[in-house]
Amino acid sequence: MLPSSNSRGGSLSTLMQDIGDWWTVFILALLVIVFSVTSPGFFSSLNFVNTTVSASNTIILAVAETFVIITGGIDLSVGAVLGLSGMVGADVMQSLLSYGDITALIIGLLAGLLTGLILGAINGLVVTVLEVTPFIATLGMLGIATGLTFLITNGTDIVNLPLELSTIGDAVLFNFLGVPVIITAVVLVIAWYYLRKTRFGKYTYAVGSNSEGTRRSGVNVKYHLFKIYALSGLLSGLAGMIIVARIATGSPLEGANDELNAIASVVIGGASLFGGRGTILGSTVGALIISVLVSGLVIMGVQPYWQTVTIGIIIILAVYIDQRRYRNRVLK
Amino acid sequence: MHAENQQKQSPILTAEGITKSFGRIQALDHVDFAISPGEVVGLVGDNGAGKSTLIKVLAGALMPDEGKISLRGQAVHFHRPSDARNQGIETVYQDLALAPHLTIEENIFLGRELIGGGLKRLTGGLDKKKMLERSLEILEQLHVKVRSMKSPVAELSGGQRQAVAVARAVAWGESLIIMDEPTNHLGVEEVEMVLDLIRRVRDRGIPVLFISHTLPHVLEVTDRIDVMFLGKKVVSLNTNESNLDEVVGWITGSKTA
Repeated sequence: MLPSSNSRGGSLSTLMQDIGDWWTVFILALLVIVFSVTSPGFFSSLNFVNTTVSASNTIILAVAETFVIITGGIDLSVGAVLGLSGMVGADVMQSLLSYGDITALIIGLLAGLLTGLILGAINGLVVTVLEVTPFIATLGMLGIATGLTFLITNGTDIVNLPLELSTIGDAVLFNFLGVPVIITAVVLVIAWYYLRKTRFGKYTYAVGSNSEGTRRSGVNVKYHLFKIYALSGLLSGLAGMIIVARIATGSPLEGANDELNAIASVVIGGASLFGGRGTILGSTVGALIISVLVSGLVIMGVQPYWQTVTIGIIIILAVYIDQRRYRNRVLK
Repeated sequence: MHAENQQKQSPILTAEGITKSFGRIQALDHVDFAISPGEVVGLVGDNGAGKSTLIKVLAGALMPDEGKISLRGQAVHFHRPSDARNQGIETVYQDLALAPHLTIEENIFLGRELIGGGLKRLTGGLDKKKMLERSLEILEQLHVKVRSMKSPVAELSGGQRQAVAVARAVAWGESLIIMDEPTNHLGVEEVEMVLDLIRRVRDRGIPVLFISHTLPHVLEVTDRIDVMFLGKKVVSLNTNESNLDEVVGWITGSKTA
């Protein structure tokens, strides 16, 4: 494993370090090869589109979780916030249909993003003002958002949505590039830039590395953490709206257990739950591993219930490795 | 060694009648303190004598109940650590100073990052090149050698980490540098390095307030030693006219004024 996720070098070596632990890339390649050989349908253009499009959500949630985990926190509510944002967005679209499709579409989209942002901001306030540990604060939000998601429609789907929505969500460019993938790519580039090249990113690592020292350096640590949780909520809201667009439905079932995938992606990607370590590219590779694994299991005809079992085991293993590594390091 | 200069120099910072109580405990009782440019002052005393309360007051981490602080002849009021920092008073804390995952230059500029121009100004993009250059410059002035500027400070030795913390204080502390137990947990060679560092800082004309329990280190590097006892400053000794026994006597209270 590389000594640090934060070392520097030329642009190529920066890129290599960003990818983080190289073994994850090998595992990703291995999974693709194994599934391609064992399951004829896996290595096809159609499945490529399906896998990358469904990976989009995992990747966006993983990006959100990367920021949070680098600060030494955790956000258990990303899946639930995704679900509630999607339902609010879809509900607003449905109720505004009489004002025209495009109006409904735009306002509904904004409503979904705003919902995510507000829920994230509440997480941020609970963590920084009430000083409740992130684990409990976001576990509480997981419960709150999950319940509200079902309360909006008493658990039924919202299907009466603008037609243009699925045109965007389902569009596939050049036969392989889904629109959600393009949005995700844009998110990735911006997140990578901010985490690595800006003061915002530096503070994110610094807070996770030594919160008290960072505070003494004159950084407003609480305000920074607030922004991190708000950002996590906003990205979860974005992921929620992408799903609504893709399936042209507001479903209260979306997002359930997605925090598992997001956390697994980030930890596989080399981030430390102790804070101070983690990269966008590492988390992306982690998210791709999870997505390929899920898609492969589906194609192999494995019962979907095995997915969370598998991912749960992966999380425990990855965190175990992280703890071993942590004990052997000088850090802190 | 610098005793004759310091008589002529007027103090850069003076504190008069500093008093601070926590409930019924009087941590500081009308303490006077002064330090001049190019002077290393040791602050010693037993646990609970009021050393750390005094440096917290000087560093803006605590507000005194009574007393006034002047910097370059001007009265100053520190409500928070950033007030003191903005006036060029830097504190090197014993363990809490650095973020271990960040590199040297990231630590030196933590909280005071240089932002680049153009799009970077808009997004808070860092001017890494300038920060790196400036960091190397400071390390060079302090004769601190490090293997690599690219690795996180966690990979440096304890002494080198302390050197980075000092370099960071030197980069910003133009009025006063306060060092809280900077030689704790260091090996013999590393202690020498840190003491050398303190001398170099002094030679740049920046006064250093050195807090330590390790009296030989204090005697080795300071020009003057202020002794605290039960919240009072009981004596200010000229280091080259004093010795270990005398200092210990004042600390334990067996010597009194």
